Amino acid sequence: MRRQPGPLPPGWLVGGSLLIALLLLVAVATRAAEVPAQTQTQMQTQTSTQTRAPLRWGSDASSGAPYVFHDPLHPSRVTGFEAEIIRDVARRLHRAPVMVQNDWDGLIPGLERGLYDAVIDGIEITPEHRAVVDFSTPYYRTFEQIVVRRDQAGLDSLALLRGHVVGTLKASLADRILSQDPQIRVRYYDEETNAYADLANGRLDAVLLDAPIALYYAKPDPRLKLVGAAVGELTYGIAIPKGHEALRRQIDAALSAMRDDDTLRRILSAWNLWTPQVAAMLGQGANPAGPPVAWRLYLEETAPQTSWHDRLRRYAGFLPLIGRAALLTLAVSACAMLLAVSVGLLLAVARGFGPRPAGWIAIAYIEIVRGTPLLIQILFIFYGLPGLGIRLDPFLAGVVALGLNYGAYEAENYRAGLSSVPHGQTEAALALNMSQAQLLRHVVMPQAFRFVVPVMTNDFISLLKDSSLVSVITLSELSQTYVRLSTTYYDYFGTGLMIGAAYLLLGLPFVHLARLAERRLATPLRRERRRT
Amino acid sequence: MIVEVRGLCKSFDGHQVLGDLSLEVGAGELVSIIGPSGCGKSTVLRCLNLLERPDCGRVGVAGHVVERAAGGRWTRGHERAAHRLRAAVGMVFQGFNLFAHRTVLDNVALAPMVVRGARPGQAREQARGLLDKVGLGSVAGRYPATLSGGQQQRAAIARALALEPRVMLYDEPTSALDPELTDEVLSVMRELDDEGMTQIVVTHEMRFARAASDRVVFMQAGRIVEIAAPEIIFTRPAESATQRFLKAFL
Repeated sequence: MRRQPGPLPPGWLVGGSLLIALLLLVAVATRAAEVPAQTQTQMQTQTSTQTRAPLRWGSDASSGAPYVFHDPLHPSRVTGFEAEIIRDVARRLHRAPVMVQNDWDGLIPGLERGLYDAVIDGIEITPEHRAVVDFSTPYYRTFEQIVVRRDQAGLDSLALLRGHVVGTLKASLADRILSQDPQIRVRYYDEETNAYADLANGRLDAVLLDAPIALYYAKPDPRLKLVGAAVGELTYGIAIPKGHEALRRQIDAALSAMRDDDTLRRILSAWNLWTPQVAAMLGQGANPAGPPVAWRLYLEETAPQTSWHDRLRRYAGFLPLIGRAALLTLAVSACAMLLAVSVGLLLAVARGFGPRPAGWIAIAYIEIVRGTPLLIQILFIFYGLPGLGIRLDPFLAGVVALGLNYGAYEAENYRAGLSSVPHGQTEAALALNMSQAQLLRHVVMPQAFRFVVPVMTNDFISLLKDSSLVSVITLSELSQTYVRLSTTYYDYFGTGLMIGAAYLLLGLPFVHLARLAERRLATPLRRERRRT
Repeated sequence: MIVEVRGLCKSFDGHQVLGDLSLEVGAGELVSIIGPSGCGKSTVLRCLNLLERPDCGRVGVAGHVVERAAGGRWTRGHERAAHRLRAAVGMVFQGFNLFAHRTVLDNVALAPMVVRGARPGQAREQARGLLDKVGLGSVAGRYPATLSGGQQQRAAIARALALEPRVMLYDEPTSALDPELTDEVLSVMRELDDEGMTQIVVTHEMRFARAASDRVVFMQAGRIVEIAAPEIIFTRPAESATQRFLKAFL
């Protein structure tokens, strides 16, 4: 039987496919640009580039002062006392340092997963941590600091905090100390800035966190004060995967050399972190090696901008960062949508026309995917699948997770579209001697399309927003950039508006496309309405 | 006989709709099937082009035969034979069922292009001729939803004619139409009758059945009660059931 070439698709369809092709190009381009762009910024500060493999170090730079954080003056540059330490270690190992951003919770899993060679981000040396990773010799020792509001009195010891609400970061030493006392009500935060903000707003009575955090986030705030004696003691080390003995020895040698030639003392002094406690641990004099220049610079840079001019200039500085994040968001979303549309079609066909077992599998897939949270799916695919030997890079894992998830919804969308075509259309086509395939292609599918396309476009807009979840697997897309910028500057408002605008700008063309599609496809029906 | 039905039976969910039904229609005849709702008249029609699979019996149209033994499976062979048979049968539905996403012209031209592999130019030319014939030449470029019911049904007839069927089936073709629109459809059917087309019409339109049919079939409870010329059925039916039905109707 000879097949008749199909009629030309309507204009918007051509436009739509062009747009998708364009998005793909953008996706490929940004992916190619992504990795070098990130490493470039790291390497600018390091002149010694070698032919050896780079030293990839994992850390969470969002609200990470003074450990590892984005330089407020140049948001694309990562700074902090730990960043300086690890870069100096890398220099001594003749390896180029490359930072890999990851959520704090994911740092250790990421290390086991082989995303980077080492982790430095205030990781406390504890028996629990030692069970899963190895540690270098310690490079810092500190304590937990109580912070209260300026107007509060009589809360300057753990015993006095009984019956009060105290905030801290989860899985920290402070957490362990606080939860030993059942009379203290503990509230957990992901970002220290949020804990101090809640304290200032009166939602908390006190915050217990590592002293360096208090020094950088609470001390500059005129509404807060540091009170009481040191609580507990904790020691930071560089975490490396178990069994990498050679690397551990190299890092230890580098740290020891840094101690001997005073590099460590100079770095810690510049950040105002040289304390008698550290001096004792390292066996050096209690006096700092110099003025706390880095600390003062930080205070200057993060001081609230009062003039509109300064504020605008700061915001303008965010634009390249937001632009790059927006491209990544768009690339992840576009690739995921393409995957979702194909997976959905496969599922819908398996369910509607395949043999019975295929239909069951499709239904099971759809129910499982729709019945479990997307966040869990993303984490499972990124951190769980390597257990089966499937290792996906973060971009691919994000695309696969989002695509497989939305595929289930697209399958339902197709199904609804197919069932929206009246049965009479199928019967008429059958009576006209069309085969099953012919009637699907020429009669049912084109009519299902007018139902499917607007829904699909709306789904893409939700996917664009849901793509924020891939920030948990080290992708610096828009939402991650928001957290990073807002916690660096303590400014959730202005940066929030900017990130929100970026999402809107990304979604707008598709909102428009959805309306256009709806209008074009509804044309025959609209004329009918006018008539009757 | 261009249409031969022997021993046709059909049940839905254990409920028998047709039981051992036989019917013959000669070439060029116009046969109307009448009867109360639920008597199985539409099912007979739908079995004639195998939109409904008979449970058993034999359906023959223009030399194509599909036969199923009682309790026999419906096989691929049956499906292929059904497909061949349908090529000789055109069908018109109560609800028109025009393809909503195609213009009237393309509705008529689609099947010849898709099924027969006709070239678009050729198929559209033929479609234009058929639309002129049913008086719709001026609305060929419009979408079905913009037409009146009568126009849609005439377009549906043109669409069925495009595959040059030997037999036309009509399933209550005017039931969904306002009374003033039924005549334009019925006159097209009369015209086809004059040209010698074989037509089987399931209808409630007694006026038409009486005036245009060569024979009228009266069905009740899945069986043919009586087959006769219209003047006999409508004036002196042999069966009392026919009498009662027509009395209630008129």
